[in-house]
Amino acid sequence: MLDTAIIKQLEDIVGSGNVLTKKADLVTYSYDATADMPSQLPDVVVMPATTAAVQKIVLLAKEKSLAIYPRGAGTNLSGGTIPLKKGIVLSFQKMDKILEVDPENLTATVQAGVVIQALSDAVAPYGLIYPPDPGTVTTATMGGSVAECAGGLRGLKYGVTKHYIMGMEVVLASGEIFRFGGKTVKNVTAYDFASLFVGSEGTLGIITEIIAKLIPPPKFRKAMLASFKRLEDAGNTVTGIIKAYVIPATLEIMDKMTIQTVENYAKVGLPTDAEAVLLIEVDGGAQQLVDSEAEAVLKVIKENNGEVKIAQSDAERDQLWAARRAALPALAQLSPTTVLEDATVPRNRITEMLVAVQKIAAKYQLKIGTFGHAGDGNLHPTILADARNKEEMERVHQAVDEIFAAALKLGGTLSGEHGIGMAKMKYLKSELGESGLNLMRRVKEALDPDYMLNPAKMVPVKG
Amino acid sequence: MKTTPYDKLEEVQDALAKCMKCGNCMAVCPVYLTEKEEGAYARGKLSIAEAILKGDLDLKDEDVQEKLFNCLVCTSCMQNCPCGVDVCKIMLSLRAALARETGLHPIKKVIFGALKNQPFFDKAMKAGAALQWMGLRKLQGNAGYEPRFTMGLSIKRIFPGLAATPFRDQAPELIKAKNRKTKVSFFTGCAFNYIFPDVAQDVVEVLRENDVEIAIPKEQQCCGIAVFAHGDIESARVLARKNIDVMEKTGADYIVTACGSCGESWQHGFKELLSEDPLYGPKAEYWKSRTYDISTFLTKVIDYKKPTGRVEATVTYHDPCHLKKVMKVFTEPRSILNAIPGVTLKEMAKPDACCGSGGSYTITHLETSMAITGRKMDDIRKTGADGVITGCPGCMMQLSEGLANSGQDHVATHYISLLARSYREARKSKTEEIKHAA
Repeated sequence: MLDTAIIKQLEDIVGSGNVLTKKADLVTYSYDATADMPSQLPDVVVMPATTAAVQKIVLLAKEKSLAIYPRGAGTNLSGGTIPLKKGIVLSFQKMDKILEVDPENLTATVQAGVVIQALSDAVAPYGLIYPPDPGTVTTATMGGSVAECAGGLRGLKYGVTKHYIMGMEVVLASGEIFRFGGKTVKNVTAYDFASLFVGSEGTLGIITEIIAKLIPPPKFRKAMLASFKRLEDAGNTVTGIIKAYVIPATLEIMDKMTIQTVENYAKVGLPTDAEAVLLIEVDGGAQQLVDSEAEAVLKVIKENNGEVKIAQSDAERDQLWAARRAALPALAQLSPTTVLEDATVPRNRITEMLVAVQKIAAKYQLKIGTFGHAGDGNLHPTILADARNKEEMERVHQAVDEIFAAALKLGGTLSGEHGIGMAKMKYLKSELGESGLNLMRRVKEALDPDYMLNPAKMVPVKG
Repeated sequence: MKTTPYDKLEEVQDALAKCMKCGNCMAVCPVYLTEKEEGAYARGKLSIAEAILKGDLDLKDEDVQEKLFNCLVCTSCMQNCPCGVDVCKIMLSLRAALARETGLHPIKKVIFGALKNQPFFDKAMKAGAALQWMGLRKLQGNAGYEPRFTMGLSIKRIFPGLAATPFRDQAPELIKAKNRKTKVSFFTGCAFNYIFPDVAQDVVEVLRENDVEIAIPKEQQCCGIAVFAHGDIESARVLARKNIDVMEKTGADYIVTACGSCGESWQHGFKELLSEDPLYGPKAEYWKSRTYDISTFLTKVIDYKKPTGRVEATVTYHDPCHLKKVMKVFTEPRSILNAIPGVTLKEMAKPDACCGSGGSYTITHLETSMAITGRKMDDIRKTGADGVITGCPGCMMQLSEGLANSGQDHVATHYISLLARSYREARKSKTEEIKHAA
């Protein structure tokens, strides 16, 4: 229990209704959406509404040597918001104002707690979109998704969160408020601070405000489903499409295990005898362009022995997408614990990665369904287990180790879009090497010498 | 008898283990969207349940209790759950365990005791109707009553009045049909019996117009949903068994309801309560598949007489939670509205977002409840409709109060009343035609 004087000071800053200290409340901030992680109760949860309040909280925490965990909706998949070292959970759920939509500069300025979907809804009347669309758009906050550099289904053509952040307001560990960037398309003033803070997972500064880039949506689109009897054919189709210089908006894959589970769950008409299916959507500003890209894609599918079904209407398109969206829920229904990874490889190695995952599943006698953003080389091997079964979880951990090793061997990376947090911290050295870890530490200590911000994530706590 | 989670809390373990903490429930929880705290919605409450089962939190802890009851049991979270977690079962099992361990609150004990004793409850409600002027001041027209004393409540409350003569005292126990298509038993529920007898009359009128024989057994009981929701499992079981006995005696082919919560009880609640009861379990199962909301009964069981009488109205339709999310009834009321000549249906944003009533929730959690209702009122106003239609008396009360509070000068109406009005209009013009011809 924290000193009551500190609680009183926090209440003075944000009002007593925005400070939670009851155990029943603390329990609900002790975890996030990551499976198989330890949980920890914070000392206190504080819910600020302004940057000034955040600054005061940081200064107080600094004085009292308390850790601070900035938290959006707590939907991340890296154990990124678990308050491992106790201290203050700083919840942004009430700091959720959309400050401005500027259709002339194609920007929106929002507070960190704005939910992504709320931003999308606010810019829709202007005929604009904010493209990053992680699976959690309806719950995740802008602050959280920027701190995690969330990806999504449209990453291949439209990029990920980092491509849409033009400026920010950040409260630093020193208590200083720092604003950078703005509405200009070009900006090379000083270091590229957006690159520093996007994906920093709350370890370098506390994001309080964001200037996001908006775009007009594509006017035309065509969606199709290709099924393959051999995994290799599906993999080669992915490579073939890119080699034909077509960049689909989405290029998703589901393996046999996922197909069968989805079909069993949602009855959407997926071919259950296929080894893999690809869900492809091309889009653009002109019908002719979209048609010719679709033509090129169809040719590649045919060359690789695929069978194709083209969505003839919006309803059919929605049905194809419903199948893809059902992948995780359907798999999650099969067992209590769903370990969702996001190892990523160069896209021309996707077949090898899929095969490697299947072998690992067989070796450790685990159920693993793999789906994901094939066009990005970003797969989601999803391990189905029961956390209450210790022996099984041991096999899960070994399998996860091997999945990461396989991805790195193929020239890939530990994480495509979920981040490192505490879940993958121990694997960092295998990708970055000793020099990388040293640099990480130096960057962390330059900005947060006392390890006050989200400690024990990304960079191990000193000593 | 095997135990259920409602009898032994440990039995919820498997249901609880399904939650993967993804937080999807956050997007649709009316309480979360108002309070913006993790403990407000299902993921947080399930983690509290886990902590209770692990012994990290005490069920009897007041803060824990506060969390368990800060839930409308609207089941919105369950519609959005990728893992199919039965949040309702878990919440009600926790409340049942609490009632077992600490006993019911003395006031709840008196009320639930009265509910089980139908003649006594009936008398009490009639006495209430006669005496309501003492505590309530009647508002102009149809708006209802406001309290004469504020009772320390922060927002002005508006209550519908209790009817002078309850519906079941007005209606015969059997209404025969000349060209009988089928026979139904009308399970009225308390709200129609004591507060909206005119809507119950509309249900009867519509059924008669469709040549349906109607049993309205006087000794039917409260469906018990509130009792169940507060953890008084034994009282809820007593009510469920009595209701099954009463309805069985009528020899009806179907049970018809016009209230989402009553229908939910027959289609879901009774089965949950009596799942391990060797005698009543199978009976609950039988009636589950033979209970229909009146809209489903009209449009899917019988081929109802299409309305031809004109009713000029631009309306918007609110989906009651239990009607849409448990009974899966949402196209039928709309198809009835669309079939009425002169009626224009303008959909509001999120028509199935909870209205904030939650039965007793609106009394125990007034501020959150009215904030939820406030959002609904904004969505209603934006449609420009001049009437709000719904399919549950609980929502009718809550929406009417919200409309009065937000200065919108109409009350919420049951869709069946619009259909009854259309039939009436058709009969009227037919009579006039005959008169004219004569």
